[in-house]
Amino acid sequence: MTTIAFDAPRPKTRFLLDRAELVGPLFIAPAIIYVFVLVALPFCLAIYYSVSAYTIFDPNYRFVGLKNFVDVTHSEIFRRTLVNTLVFTIGAQIIGLLLGKIGAMLLMQEFHGRGIARALVVLPWAVPISLATIAWLWMFDSLYSVINWTLIAAGLIDAANRPQWLGQEDLAMIAVVVVHAWRLFPFGVVIFLAGFTSVPQDVLDAATVDGAGFWRRNYQIILPIIAPIVLIALIFGTVFTFTDLSVVYLLTKGGPINSTQVLGTYAFQVGILSGDVAHGAAICLFLFPFLLIAVILLLRSLRRREI
Amino acid sequence: MLRLAKKLGGEAAFYAAVITLVVFAAFPFYWMLITTFKADGDLYNLKSTPYWFNTAPTLEHIKYLFSDTLFVQWLMNSALIGLCVVAITLLVALPAGYSLARMPGRGAETLGIGIFLTYLVPPTLLFLPLSRVVTQLGLQDSLWSLVVIYPTFTIPFCTWLLMGFFKSVPREIEEAAIVDGCTVMGAFVKTVLPLSLPAILTVVIFAFTLTMQEFVYALTFISSSEEKPVTLGVATDLIRGDVFYWGELMGAALIASIPVAIAYNLFLDRFIGGITGGAVK
Repeated sequence: MTTIAFDAPRPKTRFLLDRAELVGPLFIAPAIIYVFVLVALPFCLAIYYSVSAYTIFDPNYRFVGLKNFVDVTHSEIFRRTLVNTLVFTIGAQIIGLLLGKIGAMLLMQEFHGRGIARALVVLPWAVPISLATIAWLWMFDSLYSVINWTLIAAGLIDAANRPQWLGQEDLAMIAVVVVHAWRLFPFGVVIFLAGFTSVPQDVLDAATVDGAGFWRRNYQIILPIIAPIVLIALIFGTVFTFTDLSVVYLLTKGGPINSTQVLGTYAFQVGILSGDVAHGAAICLFLFPFLLIAVILLLRSLRRREI
Repeated sequence: MLRLAKKLGGEAAFYAAVITLVVFAAFPFYWMLITTFKADGDLYNLKSTPYWFNTAPTLEHIKYLFSDTLFVQWLMNSALIGLCVVAITLLVALPAGYSLARMPGRGAETLGIGIFLTYLVPPTLLFLPLSRVVTQLGLQDSLWSLVVIYPTFTIPFCTWLLMGFFKSVPREIEEAAIVDGCTVMGAFVKTVLPLSLPAILTVVIFAFTLTMQEFVYALTFISSSEEKPVTLGVATDLIRGDVFYWGELMGAALIASIPVAIAYNLFLDRFIGGITGGAVK
């Protein structure tokens, strides 16, 4: 950051003071107020709901302490939800990052049609999530699934015994993980691409001359240089996945039998569909410790960049 | 790396890998396209090859979409929401980004990061309390609720983007204007804003695409069909029980996706620059 000599005794000082002390706060106030009123306050409201007995049918703020949290943790469905959320997040992250790295390594090369290839690869991330997910809903259709058609045509599965991608517990989880990884991996591609191009070519050349092979260059030179940016991508990707409810809601609504229920969809079901705001808020707040860790990690990586 | 790829299996392997990746990424969109123009008899036929037209392509689905559904209304709703959110975002984020860029000391940096971090607060954490806030404001079931709520994520992101940009504008330009008799506000409007048009354009595009990406708030706040944005209307209202609407559904998804996809691709690099906070120089 460039610091300008504000203390320099110049005739313009009056204006600069004017700017720093009056106009500065005035300019930034609307943003802070907006974020405070519609992010910070609702967040406090969520905490407030989570320790009350508030439902949309009986809107009162009777204080019940941690009862909602205890209720929630005792529920079988919630524990399943928690495990599902972890599987969903970690699965989608690993696949997304791997494909992102491979994709970036491919798209780094010069070849005919690279521009088009990049534009097509970015599509899953660019297109509105709900619309893209609808396409997968159709591809996973119980009867007219193109995936099943292909597998049958290839002789890999039996037509009489076609898999129900969204109707079988294990397959449904695989389906939502794959769709979310599909949506996420272009983000990984562009982040890795940005990282790779930031590695100075002369450093790579020097390493090659010194006898470093492909893997050594990859892991001992490129990876450490791009680590900060990959970390930021990882934090964002994890937060987006951990808190996502669109993909799961549109594909399975958490089913079959809660096998793909994640924190987001479960909170939606309890808090909005059943109107039990208090328990819904308690479920949402289980996201918070996790978000806090993400925020701390992000802050640290941003700080490190400064130094 | 290319040298190694050549050694391992030649260019063929390289292209095969690229094609596999592109097919994985883009097949669902191809599938949208082909479904949109397929006749029902062809669409719901297990025997024929699904990848291509077995009977003549049809415009039936598109016609139905525009004449017998609320699709056009939804598109207009989305446009209205997007325009209002962009306007609010610009009004709030432009001065905020400028102020952060020019504020002395580390306080500005901390404040900037603080605002940016709210971008990480997910809708999933806030949709319950916000749904009550929206009800209290009397905006439930109205697209105006989204106009009010969407700036909560566009403002932080755009403030951050603009802050980075304003830092690159030389301070001398405004100082010269001030010496020439401009007020601070006047200097900002007359000298800095005209220089910032590319950044402003980026913010417009991003605020708009971010509103198009959002789904959770729309799902939570709005239940009447007439008020829905296109991303919600298509996903919830075109699926009706056991009746097959896949042609219409895919057509709608395709039409609504195209402008967003193009905008995103054009401004992708700036978006990445924003999210990594200039970690790549």
